[in-house]
Amino acid sequence: MLIHLPVLQVIIPLLAAPLCLFLTKPRLVWLFALIVSGLAFLISGLLLQQVMTSGTIIYDLGGWDAPWGIEYRIDRLNAFLLLIISSISTIVLIAADTSIRKEIPADHHVLFYILYLLSLAGMLGIVATGDAFNVFVFLEISSLSAYALIALGKDRRALWASYQYLIMGTIGATFILIGIGLMYQMTGTLNMEDLSKRLPEVSQTRTVFTAFAFLIVGICLKLAMFPLHLWLPNAYAYAPSIVTAFFAATATKVAIYLLIRFTITVFGLSFSFTHFPLQLLFVVLGLVGIFVASTVAIYQTNVKHLFAYSSIAQIGYMIVGFSMTTMAGMTATLLHLFNHALMKSALFLALGAVMYRIGTTKLTHFQGLGRQMPLTLAAIVIGGLSLIGVPLTVGFVSKWYLVMAAIENGWWPVAALILLGSLLAVVYVWRIVEMAYFKPALAGTETIKEAPLSFLIPIWTLILANIYFGIDTRLSVQVAQAASMSLFGVTP
Amino acid sequence: MLVGVAFAIIWMKDLLSISMLSGIYGLLSASFFVAMDAVDVAFTEASVGAGVSTLLMLVAITMTGRSEHPVRHKPLLALAVVFVTGSLLVYGTWDMPYFGSAEAPIHQHVAPRYINDSMQEIGVPNIVTSVLASYRAFDTFGEVVVIFTAGIGVLALLSVVRRQEDIEKIDSFNNSMHEQHLVLRIVAKMLIPFIMLFAFYVQFHGDFGPGGGFQAGVIFAAAIFLYTMLFGMSTAYRVINQSFMQILAASGVLLYGSVGVISLLNGKEFFDYSVLSSNPVTGQHWGIFLVELGVGLTVASVMVIIFFNFAGRSENSPPPVSKDS
Repeated sequence: MLIHLPVLQVIIPLLAAPLCLFLTKPRLVWLFALIVSGLAFLISGLLLQQVMTSGTIIYDLGGWDAPWGIEYRIDRLNAFLLLIISSISTIVLIAADTSIRKEIPADHHVLFYILYLLSLAGMLGIVATGDAFNVFVFLEISSLSAYALIALGKDRRALWASYQYLIMGTIGATFILIGIGLMYQMTGTLNMEDLSKRLPEVSQTRTVFTAFAFLIVGICLKLAMFPLHLWLPNAYAYAPSIVTAFFAATATKVAIYLLIRFTITVFGLSFSFTHFPLQLLFVVLGLVGIFVASTVAIYQTNVKHLFAYSSIAQIGYMIVGFSMTTMAGMTATLLHLFNHALMKSALFLALGAVMYRIGTTKLTHFQGLGRQMPLTLAAIVIGGLSLIGVPLTVGFVSKWYLVMAAIENGWWPVAALILLGSLLAVVYVWRIVEMAYFKPALAGTETIKEAPLSFLIPIWTLILANIYFGIDTRLSVQVAQAASMSLFGVTP
Repeated sequence: MLVGVAFAIIWMKDLLSISMLSGIYGLLSASFFVAMDAVDVAFTEASVGAGVSTLLMLVAITMTGRSEHPVRHKPLLALAVVFVTGSLLVYGTWDMPYFGSAEAPIHQHVAPRYINDSMQEIGVPNIVTSVLASYRAFDTFGEVVVIFTAGIGVLALLSVVRRQEDIEKIDSFNNSMHEQHLVLRIVAKMLIPFIMLFAFYVQFHGDFGPGGGFQAGVIFAAAIFLYTMLFGMSTAYRVINQSFMQILAASGVLLYGSVGVISLLNGKEFFDYSVLSSNPVTGQHWGIFLVELGVGLTVASVMVIIFFNFAGRSENSPPPVSKDS
């Protein structure tokens, strides 16, 4: 069975989703989804281990060889991504049963888990495949289920937010499809490995140039890169808490993965960064994104909005690291991918716990919450410190690598700006701390209790991971380095 | 003509004529595909674009209203974006190989094997079917899951717990309306069996001519739509049970997936059909047959689910969604 791991990774959640309809009892379905997600986590762990020891795994679906059939190609980069997605999904799901009982009407629970599993399978499929068109198919699965999941939010505005996301997401997906179609027209193949071999011959044509432009814009829409981020804050703010925690940690990461995959593996560094002014564009947009989004975050009155804008800023850091086109920069980006997933899933889950207890995440309702929900708020504080990049948390590790990579490139101003951006994070995290710990509790809220254990366990698992990987960086750094080495074709 | 219709769609204010025009647009692009020798795509476009989606739009219009809200702001930014996109697309076409040119890369690389060897390897005359159901079976599986996801999404957003009185209200409303359509009802009664028969033909004939699960599913669903529109929701409810349709949609996906699982259990790669029979080519036949059946099941039942949830929304419209965010 071991050789089938790559495909099992994707089809287990994919086939489990329709099976949920047969179980009908929400509790049972939750347990089932949790087990399925846990299995995916286990498989991704095994895959990563296999890839790290024995190199890239190739799996031909349907038994047809690569350019004719579809292949799964697991290398260090996507094995790392698979692990991030499936681990976060599993941890977040632990709290799902408690959380959605407050936020979603009971007759929708089974559908919720089906959509959740579908979007998990979709993301895993995007990452695992080595075929450009297959990427699009799984992108459709994950985005369709994402729109529905976001629209399930309790707030009526969730529908509008989801509609905005649907329009932007569909434009993005169509652009990606146009890009893939044009690439196919010029090369006659859809396989990524094959594309990377055949594209250089036609790289001077306008059609390939157009294909590249469409792909990049489409992917950037999906990853909510500034200034294409407008759909994100509302979508995250009004979605059910569990959905926000899951997507904030994974959805944009998948888009970043696609960006890396297409620019570096498929088109190649020399095409992407010399033929195209991508480097300058991305450094500038990344930095502007960090500052604008962080500043906007400071002025938010809803904590979910605040962290959503902070997510856009964090995407900016990843883009800056990516645009350095050096191994150090790529390592920093990948590290931040992992670390940011840990921070944001913990933070949004903690907000889910607040939502569970007081029914809102308005900043004004955080008054005095530090005494009423000490463990949850402590988690938010630690998560926030990690977001700022305080030593002993994962945030520090990724910022450190990012700044080092910038200095290595001789980009002193960029390094300075990255540090300055962290100061803005101090401001918005401080606003929450001030509200929660230094203001008296609102009248009539004395009865608010600490969040239930089903929340505290996943939240603190993630927070402890934040601290653990902030101190013992061997695992994450080693994998990120190995992944960026394999991207740049250097054998360790 | 295609462009003309597209402009007409943009200029029109009456939603009913817009949906009619979009049906025409679908039909025109279907003929366009036929002209480009993509018969299978044309078939799908004709049944989905011209048929079912027009129907769904009509249902939506009966629920909401015919005219568009006048828009005041001038979307100049959007115009600029569209202009840039369009010109980039035109720019991209300059270096494209000529249409139909045999030297074009798409005809040189992967396609020759599909054209020359698929008969020996799979034994199905329709190359499109062998590509989509065997060489690239996993993509098709993904598409089926996309359709399933759409069905579940619609269920999650629209399904309302229907009270008995609602059904009765719709019922009386329907009856008063449907008595006027006696001729239509009789003609439809005669037509529906043939439509269903045609759907089955398309389903099982996909190996030899254009057709297959996607088209068959849509045609089958269209027969049910026709029935529902003319005989009323409640009569249709007696025939079609919602939860049964959901189970059917799920089992279509599972049927497709289980073919792959069987290959796995036999130690072959996912969707390797050769394990289904001692002779690999017969195995391919069986695989494609089962897979197409799964596709047809899911497509038909998801279409019905979507239709019923749109049509079954009670007439009183939900409060408007606040757009201040």
